Order: sequence, then C-alpha cells, then structure tokens
Amino acid sequence: MLYIKCPYCGLRAQKEFSYGGDATVKRPNINEEVSSEDWDNFVYMRKSPRGKHIELWQHIAGCRQWIKVQRDTATHEIFQTAKVTEEIR
Amino acid sequence: MQKYSVFSLIKNAFSNHQNWEVAWKDPTPKSEYDVVIIGGGGHGLATAYYLAKEHNIRNVAIIEKGWIGGGNVGRNTTIIRSNFMYDANARFNEFGMDLWRNLSQELNFNVMFSPRGIINLAHSDAQMNAYARRGNSMRLNGIDAKLLDRDEVKKLIPMADFSDEVRFPIFGGLMQPSAGTARHDAVAWGYARQADDMGVDIIQHCEVNGFDVVNGKIKGIRTSRGDIKAKKVGLCVAGSTNILAEKLNMTLPIETHVLQACVSEPVKPLLDGVVTFGAGHFYISQSDKGEMVMGGDLDGYNSYAQRGNLPTIQHVLTGGLALFPFLSRLKMLRTWGGIMDMSMDGSPIIDKTHIEGLYLNCGWCYGGFKSTPVSGWTFAHTIAQDQVHELNSELRLNRFSTGHLLDEKGLGTKTWIG
Repeated sequence: MLYIKCPYCGLRAQKEFSYGGDATVKRPNINEEVSSEDWDNFVYMRKSPRGKHIELWQHIAGCRQWIKVQRDTATHEIFQTAKVTEEIR
Repeated sequence: MQKYSVFSLIKNAFSNHQNWEVAWKDPTPKSEYDVVIIGGGGHGLATAYYLAKEHNIRNVAIIEKGWIGGGNVGRNTTIIRSNFMYDANARFNEFGMDLWRNLSQELNFNVMFSPRGIINLAHSDAQMNAYARRGNSMRLNGIDAKLLDRDEVKKLIPMADFSDEVRFPIFGGLMQPSAGTARHDAVAWGYARQADDMGVDIIQHCEVNGFDVVNGKIKGIRTSRGDIKAKKVGLCVAGSTNILAEKLNMTLPIETHVLQACVSEPVKPLLDGVVTFGAGHFYISQSDKGEMVMGGDLDGYNSYAQRGNLPTIQHVLTGGLALFPFLSRLKMLRTWGGIMDMSMDGSPIIDKTHIEGLYLNCGWCYGGFKSTPVSGWTFAHTIAQDQVHELNSELRLNRFSTGHLLDEKGLGTKTWIG
C-alpha cells in the first residue's frame, strides 16, 4: 500500500486516491494554432521515466483535490507532495 | 542438435539424465552482427528464430540484460486467444493461432498448447449485443466464435454464482473455443534452442547502455560487455522500452505499468478453459498442475517495480469471489508482478523508426504472450525486408498522429476510465 500525504488532508492510504498520470505534460495554449505534432505530444507521448516521476493524483475519496506527487517509479518511494498549483523541485 | 523424443528420453534415463546436450550455448559477443535483437524474452527469441528460419539471416545476436525467459514470458498467465473485433488485430492474432497450433512440432519442444476455450462473460442485454457484434466480426475473419446464453454458460462453469442476489448476473458470454493456454517457459526455451541451433548467439547478462547512431542510421550498440556493431537493431524489451527510447532521444506513446497475477494452491480439475469477468476486473484459468491462475487490473500508476501492491490483488480477488465463491476456501500460493509496456490505444506497435536500421516492437499491454509467435514472425519480416508485413501494416507507430488508432476496447494506460 502506498501512503500519500495529501497537502489538504494529511497522510492517507493509496486506496483513497485515483491516478492522473504525468504532471509535467503541458496542454497547448487555448485559442492558439496547435500543430498536430504538439497535440500528439500532449495526448499520447510520455517519457515514463524509471526513477523520479512527478505525477497527478486525485484525492477522490477525500477532499477531491488534484495534487502533485513526486514518486520513484522503481521503488515506489514518495519524496514530496504539493498542491497542483505549486511547483515540485 | 539432439532431437527430443520419447526415445531420447528413455535413452538418457539410462545415464540418469546426465548426458543431455546443453539446449543453447553461452557465446562471447562477436564484434559485429547483421542483426542485433535487444531483449531475450519470448518476442525477441521468436524474432531471432524467424529471422534465421524464414529469412536465412543467421548472423544474429540476442542481447539480454538478465536471463532468457526471465521477464514477462515467464511472468504471464499463459492465455492464447484471437477474439478481437478489429480486422487488423483479428488477422494478426489468428495468423498467430495457426503458428501456435504447430509450434510444439516445429520447435521439437512441447509447449503444451491446450486449446480449451475462453469465455468472456456478459451481464446485460447491451453487453450480449456487443458480444454478438464482436463474435460476428471474428467469424468474418475466420475465427471461431460462439455466443452462449445463460444456460450454456452454466453447463460450462456450473460452479459460478448463478443466484439472483449477485451484482452482475450472468446473461451469457462470448466463447472462442479454439483459444487456450500454453506452457510459457517452454515457448521461450523452445525458440531459444532452435535459434541457437541455426547460429543465433544468445548473449545473457549483457545490458545495453547506449546506441551508436550516425547521420540517422544505426551503427551498433554499447553494452556492459563491450561495443557491438550491427547493421540492424530490433527492440523487443517490453517494460524497458521507455528506458531504451530515452537513450535514443525518442518519446513513445507508451507508459510502463505494473500488472499483477496470482495462483492458488493446486486443486483437482474443476475449470476447463479460461473465464474472463470483465465487470469484476478478473480472469481465471486452471493450470495443468491444478493451480487456479488469476489476474485482473493494472496497479494503475507508472511503475518499473516487478512487484505490485496488495490493494490491487484484494480488488481483483474481490471480483473473483463474486463470480466463484468457492475461491474463498483456497490458499494463495503466490502473487507476482510484471512491467507492461502499455500503449495509449491498447494495441501493439511493430514498426520501423525514424532511425534507419532501428526497429521497434512494443506496446503489448496485457496480452503479449499470446502474440509471441506472430510478433516474432512479423517483426523478423519487418527487419529482414525493411518494410512492414501486411499483417502488421496497421500496427504502426504513426497511427497516433494520423488518428488510425486500434482502440479495440477503448483501453490504454488509463484503465480506470474504461
């Protein structure tokens, strides 16, 4: 079981959360011309690194907020969590 | 090469089985090969075998970080099927079924292919309609499909819960009678033995650290056992695809996730074929040893750990108990996890890349094992001819940008949406 520290609620079990994927993927700006390559990168292409990974989780059975989690994809160790508006360094 | 038969078995019994030939050699890497296959799993070994057999390319090396057959080919639930609706997937996998049917004879190695059928359970009229449609599509592609009503399912799996209290009552199911299981290790070993016999070098405990790419053309690879020149390089590394892609500065429509499976203690024969309970995120079969072999969903987050977490196993078995209450009496023998190269539309990629001489075989998601022979066959063709075969002509890398997705079940990495 992973234990994730929600920035709003504190340490909670993984079962309360839903995974949202890579948090570093940026959506192309709205109301601007988007090349199909940029759109492709946004929708489909993922680095999926082995090691530190910044990702989105939603505290679906709690405060329902989206949060950022920095986690090791090889060991599952969680280093840091933050509100989705905050940066993880 | 020594032929395996009942006579060789009897003959070797007299010497206490001490004098069997080694099944494959342990060569030192040469400095140059015509083709280097990275990844000594089922797909890599099959690719090397078909390169030698179908295309007479024998100056081939398989480079494996661990030991052959130590990855997903030894960690799956051994299911073989071709019950796909889309033409591209159906034709591809039905060609594979034909290879499976003759594989033990072809490899002179008993892979124990056992076509006992697969049943996908349906729990509503809408799902029955969808299965009727899928079954019809399968039959148009020459694949056997049978729509079962509730009573027919009950005859086949009487131990399932057919009471009125269940959350997902069984309305019927779609069956592919020719689907089945095989002994996964034997598949890897059989391909390895034959490939080795035709001159393929199987190089184990050799990690790929980098690639030599000059002017957009592959020249060789850098490994923990020295540099190896190669005219062509094929990637068959499943869950390590993203790691090697990063070394090539490629980004792929692949996420790596962990998928768990488990087996119970062995019991007497009670389940003939494979049963999938999609609504409960659960599937099950019984091995020849009598163990109940079970699996279900991904753990649901990016992972390179070959182990998962307990909540997913609990979730999967909760579904299992809803379908087969008798499972509550069984002890769990073991659970394990493998890392899956999850493509974004749920279908594989077998293609050339923008680097000349570099070929890609990945994106197998939940179902790489069943496609082992046809994946090797088509990948060998793609490498040897430098062009995709008709069978993998839609399993292209660029289908994501052109919009020609093969979203068979509307599943990709985000199973929680499906």
